[in-house]
Amino acid sequence: MPQDAIVITGLTRSFARNHVLRGVNLTLPAGKVTVLMGANGAGKSTLVKILCGVQRRDAGQITLDGMPFDPPDPAAALRAGVVTVHQNINDGVAPDLDVASNLLLDELAAGSSFFLNTRRMREEARRIAGAVGLEVDVSRPVRELVLADRQLVSIARAMSHHPRLLILDEPTSSLSAAETERLFTLIDRLRAEGVAILYISHRMSDIRRLADRIVSMRDGQISGQFEGDTLDYAGAVRAMLGHEITEVDIAIPPQGRAVIEARALRLRPDSVPFDLSLHENEVVAITGLVGSGKSAFAEVLYGVSRAVGGQITLDGSAYTPQNPGVAVKAGVFLSAKDRLLNAVIPEFDITRNMTLPFLSRHAGLLALLRPGSERGTATRMIGEMGVVCQSPKDSILTLSGGNQQKVVVARWLAEASRLLILDEPFQGVDIQARRDIGRHIRASASGRATLVLCAEIDEALEVADRILVMSEHSIIGAHRNQNIDLGLVMAQVTESAAGHVA
Amino acid sequence: MKRDFNFTDFAIRYGFLILMAGLVIGFSIAQPAFLTARSGVFILQSVAITGILALGVTATLVVGGFDLSIGAVATSALMLSAYTMVIWDLGAVEAVVFCLAMGAFVGLVNGLLIVKMRVPDLLATLGMMFLLMGLQRIPTEGNSISTGMSLPDGSTASGVFSPGFLMLGRHRLDFILDDLVPLSVVFLIVIALLVWGFLELTRHGRVMYAIGSNAKAASLAGINVNFYRVLAYVISGTLASFGGILLSARLGRGDVASGNNLLLDAVAAALIGFAVLGAAKPNAFGTAIGALFVGILLQGLTMLNAPYYTQDFIKGAVLVVALVFTFALSGRGGRARG
Repeated sequence: MPQDAIVITGLTRSFARNHVLRGVNLTLPAGKVTVLMGANGAGKSTLVKILCGVQRRDAGQITLDGMPFDPPDPAAALRAGVVTVHQNINDGVAPDLDVASNLLLDELAAGSSFFLNTRRMREEARRIAGAVGLEVDVSRPVRELVLADRQLVSIARAMSHHPRLLILDEPTSSLSAAETERLFTLIDRLRAEGVAILYISHRMSDIRRLADRIVSMRDGQISGQFEGDTLDYAGAVRAMLGHEITEVDIAIPPQGRAVIEARALRLRPDSVPFDLSLHENEVVAITGLVGSGKSAFAEVLYGVSRAVGGQITLDGSAYTPQNPGVAVKAGVFLSAKDRLLNAVIPEFDITRNMTLPFLSRHAGLLALLRPGSERGTATRMIGEMGVVCQSPKDSILTLSGGNQQKVVVARWLAEASRLLILDEPFQGVDIQARRDIGRHIRASASGRATLVLCAEIDEALEVADRILVMSEHSIIGAHRNQNIDLGLVMAQVTESAAGHVA
Repeated sequence: MKRDFNFTDFAIRYGFLILMAGLVIGFSIAQPAFLTARSGVFILQSVAITGILALGVTATLVVGGFDLSIGAVATSALMLSAYTMVIWDLGAVEAVVFCLAMGAFVGLVNGLLIVKMRVPDLLATLGMMFLLMGLQRIPTEGNSISTGMSLPDGSTASGVFSPGFLMLGRHRLDFILDDLVPLSVVFLIVIALLVWGFLELTRHGRVMYAIGSNAKAASLAGINVNFYRVLAYVISGTLASFGGILLSARLGRGDVASGNNLLLDAVAAALIGFAVLGAAKPNAFGTAIGALFVGILLQGLTMLNAPYYTQDFIKGAVLVVALVFTFALSGRGGRARG
């Protein structure tokens, strides 16, 4: 009988008129992985922020191993044994310091002696790194490490505090398959050591692999708890959404004429050239591991970077955009991945975020903007995409992640395009918002070619007519999304590109 | 939907305007002469030049930059206009054209240093500031320029400041009272309206705000980020040189010691502008109010016979309070400027 590491009762938290948590009751047993599922805006992030000391509660009790737990700041939460690994990996590390300093950062901050003993620090750091299976030279600066190793650094640093509760918030969203498996092995070990683990994710594959229990959250309350030998995944999704989710049926429409044709395209000096054509009225997904070249291909099509070799034609004439401005004029749009970095203008409201690329359309004499025209476009797109907001003048940052994503995708759907590229359009988005976005991409696809880039095969299956597999900066497989051989797709995703041309 | 009154929100939005009204009332009670048309116009005249410079800095702040060279550009324009008329013996039109071209060119160089050479904004414009402070003194070997001065080659400068040029800084228009409104105040108001309209109402201004907020996202929206960043420095340089022209026209000589306070006053006005109406971002309206605020404060203190050396202290204190309004109280963290 495992003891309960964390017991939460009646937890509430409001921001102005917005009641984000309305009485959360939740128990996290030691030695178990509890998966927390919830739509965007359900209150998951607020719950995590209270547990790790970033925000204070309004009311309610939390006990940690039977003792009251109310951390005033993140350092106190850490000392009490609550460790959080954030979605944004770079939040957890100091990129310019070496690995050893990062691993011992909390000791450096607490500071027992004035001068540093480099040799002792490195020995200590190697011990901590070894405990999580991190094999790097501890004298290297963290910015030289791959993303997955950086994440391990922040986990390793956390582990040196002997945590009672480990919170992981979408930890796999930037990891390759092998790196993900390494993380899971580590989680398995911590679970066996009796650490309570709270795992937040939208990815069903992660959840199936790890979950001992699933807790669903909706509108600031726990809406369902599932445990036992066979977990009721469908029930958990239902509890999270409050309704049934229907399967997506793709009826593949006839291909229109070719919009983009790439011949012998070479993305890197050492990559295999590939051919590709994209047609009107079809949605093509490219799947592949992180770093397989999907975004590099999008950058070439959008004029951010140049291909090493080969030709691209757009509607039959040569197409080599010098910069994104030229691409947009030619009718090639890119909705970039990592919205907070590459798409959201934080100081703008919803309307201004939506109209940004096509301001000339909303401007008249002397480049003066016409607010009515902007408002019209924003109101129309908010309706079409189902953005949940109080008014088009809401600041974009007041929206939940899924609704922000709808806004930045809507930005590019507001005008007709020849080719629309969507790089990870479902990133950090709950299943309902994902279906909304996917449905709208399909519904509007008739007059253009649409290219969706996503690492998750499940997402590609939901939206695409054709699925291409990319590996080592080349297309190595093409599949029609009908009775698709998933085993073959998976094999291609992980295999090397050598000798394959689609 | 119930909207409860929130004191912090109210203070952030209207705090500065209320403070300004309070200052006007306080000074008027202490010194009734403060509340006259002549005194009001004097305040406007005293802020006209720094206000114009501050509006230029605002353009660079909007794109997430900062222009430290404006004071030096203004004093260079002062020297250049004097040199043009007094030593080259040319007219008012040439002087104005040369100065504006010089300002635009300096802005262009600043912009190119920043976008092409990747020098950080503060450092590029700081370097330019030192460069210009030295350069403007080389032709006259460090001397001020005035009619009749002896030149390095032994001759005597024969040119004079043309009356048309002096009018820019000294002429007053009849408005209600005779000779009430100085031309420079009209320039300030017109330029403030133009900059405000450009930033708030046109797509170019919108794009510049987008760049200041998230340059990467703006670039991926197809915007030519480098063009707009350079444009902001050209606007800043041109407005600074126009401020220098007005200063020259007011002084009537190429005085090497003038304009020491221009940079600090202009930057203070633009940063105080962040706090006006709780904008928490650079904006032309706020900048104009910020300049006016500083002007009212200094005029009032002068009329109350406060010693001159307390004025810099009070300006600094007001700036610090304004920055607290913007960054701490509004809780938005303000803009992350790099």
